[in-house]
Amino acid sequence: MSETLAIKNKDHFLAHFRNLDFSFDVDFSKTKREEAEKWVKKLDFPTSKTEYWKYTRVNKLIKGDYRMDFPEGEIDIDLSVPSKNCIVLVNGYFSKELSWFSAEKGVNFSSLSDAKENSSIIQKKFATLSKDQDEIFAAVNTAYHQDGAFLHLEKNAVASEPLYIIHISDSESALSNPRNLIIMEEGSEAKVVLKTISTQKGTSFTNMLTEVFVDRNANLEINKVQEEGEQDYQIACEQVEQKKDSHFKINTFTLNGALVRNNLNIDLLGEHTETWLNGLYLLQGKQHVDNHTHVFHREPNCVSHELYKGIMDDQSTGVFNGKVFVHREAQKTNAYQSNANMVLTDDATINSKPELEIYADDVQCSHGSTTGQLDEEALFYLRSRGMSEKSARAVLLNAFAADVVEHIGVESVKEEIEAFIDSHYQGIK
Amino acid sequence: MIKIENLHASIEGTEILRGINLEIKAGEVHAIMGPNGSGKSTLASVLAGRDEYEVTEGSVNFLGEDLLELEPEDRARAGVFLAFQYPVEIPGVSNINFLKTAINEIREKRGQDPLSAKDFLQQVKEKSALVELDGKLKNRSVNEGFSGGEKKRNEIFQMAMLEPKFSILDETDSGLDIDALRVVADGVNKLKTKDNATLVITHYQRLLDYIVPDFVHVLYKGRIVKTGDKNLALELEEKGYDWIKDDAGVTA
Amino acid sequence: MASEEELLEEITSSEYKYGFVTNIESDKAPKGLNEDIIRFISAKKNEPEWLLEYRLKAFRNWEKMEEPDWAHVNYPKPDFQDLHYYSAPKKKKELESLDEVDPELLETFEKLGISLDEQKRLTGVAVDAVIDSVSVKTTFKDKLAELGIIFCSFSEAVQEHPELVKKYLGTVVPPGDNFYAALNSAVFTDGSFCYIPKGVRCPMELSTYFRINEANTGQFERTLVIADESSYVSYLEGCTAPMRDENQLHAAVVELVALDNAEIKYSTIQNWYPGNKEGKGGIYNFVTKRGLCMENSKISWTQVETGSAVTWKYPSCVLKGDNSVGEFYSVAVTSKHQQADTGSKMIHLGKNTKSTIISKGISAMQANNSYRGLVHISKNATNSRNFTQCDSLLMGNNCGAHTFPYIEVKNKSSQVEHEATTSKIGEDQIFYCKQRGMDEETAINLIVNGYVKEVLNQLPMEFAVEAQKLLEISLEGSVG
Repeated sequence: MSETLAIKNKDHFLAHFRNLDFSFDVDFSKTKREEAEKWVKKLDFPTSKTEYWKYTRVNKLIKGDYRMDFPEGEIDIDLSVPSKNCIVLVNGYFSKELSWFSAEKGVNFSSLSDAKENSSIIQKKFATLSKDQDEIFAAVNTAYHQDGAFLHLEKNAVASEPLYIIHISDSESALSNPRNLIIMEEGSEAKVVLKTISTQKGTSFTNMLTEVFVDRNANLEINKVQEEGEQDYQIACEQVEQKKDSHFKINTFTLNGALVRNNLNIDLLGEHTETWLNGLYLLQGKQHVDNHTHVFHREPNCVSHELYKGIMDDQSTGVFNGKVFVHREAQKTNAYQSNANMVLTDDATINSKPELEIYADDVQCSHGSTTGQLDEEALFYLRSRGMSEKSARAVLLNAFAADVVEHIGVESVKEEIEAFIDSHYQGIK
Repeated sequence: MIKIENLHASIEGTEILRGINLEIKAGEVHAIMGPNGSGKSTLASVLAGRDEYEVTEGSVNFLGEDLLELEPEDRARAGVFLAFQYPVEIPGVSNINFLKTAINEIREKRGQDPLSAKDFLQQVKEKSALVELDGKLKNRSVNEGFSGGEKKRNEIFQMAMLEPKFSILDETDSGLDIDALRVVADGVNKLKTKDNATLVITHYQRLLDYIVPDFVHVLYKGRIVKTGDKNLALELEEKGYDWIKDDAGVTA
Repeated sequence: MASEEELLEEITSSEYKYGFVTNIESDKAPKGLNEDIIRFISAKKNEPEWLLEYRLKAFRNWEKMEEPDWAHVNYPKPDFQDLHYYSAPKKKKELESLDEVDPELLETFEKLGISLDEQKRLTGVAVDAVIDSVSVKTTFKDKLAELGIIFCSFSEAVQEHPELVKKYLGTVVPPGDNFYAALNSAVFTDGSFCYIPKGVRCPMELSTYFRINEANTGQFERTLVIADESSYVSYLEGCTAPMRDENQLHAAVVELVALDNAEIKYSTIQNWYPGNKEGKGGIYNFVTKRGLCMENSKISWTQVETGSAVTWKYPSCVLKGDNSVGEFYSVAVTSKHQQADTGSKMIHLGKNTKSTIISKGISAMQANNSYRGLVHISKNATNSRNFTQCDSLLMGNNCGAHTFPYIEVKNKSSQVEHEATTSKIGEDQIFYCKQRGMDEETAINLIVNGYVKEVLNQLPMEFAVEAQKLLEISLEGSVG
């Protein structure tokens, strides 16, 4: 792409935000927006020369024509959520009608804009983790985010039920910048389900950013389910910070979407933390899914486990880039990273780049990446026991995905994913 | 040969050995028995010089020298040999090369010339026959891919090659079937002379049917609570360790 | 390895023992780089017009390129206008026999442990010695000629076998391939050339020794090895340089062509001066090595890298023909302030192609050691296989070990496996050795040698011995 064309595309994309009015926003947030806007102007959109985006082209995302309004009328979507707490966002805006809450001691769950009004903690934490100065999509989100979810667990508070955050892209060509903030204070515990869906009427682009603070001894699990339509684009970023003795787990399930890019960055700032990051990406058609993870071990005695698995069908392309960074101070680090892929056709592609960057000597770090196919022997074995080839395949693909699924700590989500995989691979050739 | 007095040792602040007294003379075989966690393997590790253990009190005199002041390799050179409970694997380093390096380094420190290849190989042949060590194992990497029995035989083979004055067999019998046990014990017996001494550490009496000890000590909670001859081992086999625990409870 | 034990007993000095300077009068081009310098080099070498054009085209490419900065290394960028691009030991006349070689030069090679005297060599190794990019002597030439094998300096090949050079030069590493390859293509002064005719198994190891002698000189040698159908050759290169405070640039290009059913084994022992303890001086080793495999052929790269201040090197195989095989075995040791970014690229284009990458990195003191590799399986490369194992060993807490593999698979019938581990030498292993009477240094040498054995086993015997010696010297004093 020539330089002038790149500038033209950038101008075209940024024009969408020109008429947005953020005068309603609180002062500190406005300041953050202004700072981020400076970075938006300065930074370029990534090209094939940008190492961090080597395998994913964003041209078609920024060239699109989008709308940024709150949809009129009813939304025809079934939200069967088995929880007393659910925040629903539509096209980046908070939908009061679709959301419901039940009060629980020490658990503050609301829209971000409602919370901004009277929370000093937001002032302290908001936009402190997002990498606005490096990543243009993060800067765009900070500068132009509409609304999002805010979850705050006070010291030693425990959320008794999973907390749902659901983002819906409605109307054709919606451009959304939802922004979430999760703050887990010392000793608190919660499970979150973060789901993105769409009404599938056309092409939308969701650029979501979630900042997560896990304080000492706190325990958080996020189950992220990406199930937008097959024409929708999504860039989702989670910036996580973990303090001493805390546990954090995130499971990312990418089940649909035309182009999905996940940026997951976890900073380990205290000793004896444990971290799990799991991912499952099931691709078909011309889907393109890119998972970038970065675990930064800064302190000694921390453990991180990473397991990402993908199945690439049809003409789809999967990308995995996982980086484990072990700082000189982070002795006795245990870091395990594994990426396994199955390529089902000659037109599908997987690009895998598991990286280790290690500066401490007393560590146990390993990574592995495998790419292969269904085990023909196993397939034959199952068929010789009377299974049709179709169901034998489904059984094996299910088994492949099962390692990741079993990490889900929310039973209803687990069932949902299992059901999805079942029906998904029953139909396979 | 070796005199252990009031030996106390701890790991990460937890005291494991709480005052061991033991003297072993040349030509003697001593056995130390005791329930799990009594400190048997700690004693072996402390004598060999593993640095995770901190000696907080007491002394160990080995042939007139303060053993505790010596580095692990100097203890080995002075004639202390430990047959490990779990021999470590060293990928890519052949057994033969490993031994030759060890022997020649010991010889060098003693002011002796290195062993000629011919003499060395002759010794390897003789000594490996002693424990019926498969010829192939000699050229394989140290302990890599060895079965449990092969590892233990390899330990005794090394002991034969290095000709120590004082050998500690740390649970050499655990995980061995009866045939392997017999082979290992035979090897140890053949190596016994009036000038060397052996300390056998074991959880089971079975080994002592093959290596007959002059003394049997019972270790419990980091102390030797009972000493006797080989009949003590039989008694332990019959009654278990509970009566010792009760006894120790009374005397403690 | 029979002599392994003897080696372990040998006590070698920890100083870089190849760090002497030889006083040989040399013939130098003025500093700087422009088209005139290139014309000067080409004229000096009496080159045909097409080769001058090749150089100029590469130079024009290079001018438009930027020095790459994606590697995990940090160094002040060289000033390419502050270098001599041509420096040759001054020859009084053409050399007819060994007696006519400059005695100082002969002595240099004796010090390096390389005898150019055919009578003195017992082992069957033919040597081409290249000093400051100019080939000074090739041994065993006549004997090889009987079999139709051409083994000579690159310049000689240009004069004597222009059709072969013209046919293959730049076919594996095109002149515009990358910054350093383009630079090399413009200014290379000499190197080795080797051609093995159809069906011939080369009966001896062919070997090139490279040495940088002059100060402020870049070394840009060019190696081209062609194994014609169903032939076999094992080729070795060794590298040393004097100790100097300033950094010196080495940007070589090696091209291998293995035609149908041919096999090339290419081994490197790289021991350029790594710089001193404070990180001053040392060679910048920016090398492009690539082999092209036609049907059923095999190229195997083995490298032992202990030298250079900065290494940037990815010996690669383009597996173009069906059923071809590529291998890469590497030991890279970095100590002091050395930095290495090295690995391999395996490009699978043909069907049923196989590749193996075994990389063993050792990092000590303040050094940084990175593995960077690409395994690319194209859509048509059905039923292809790759296995990659990269292990890193860390010694001390100021060094770093990094792994950056790129894996790209574009069909459903291929399998790729990548494994990597990073750890330090096991305390248990050291204790076990000590209990058997070894001191710490011996124990570590023993364990390290075991760790790299899989790779050293790939080297011809005499070089394995040399490599092992080098490893010990490189790691001496890095523990404790």
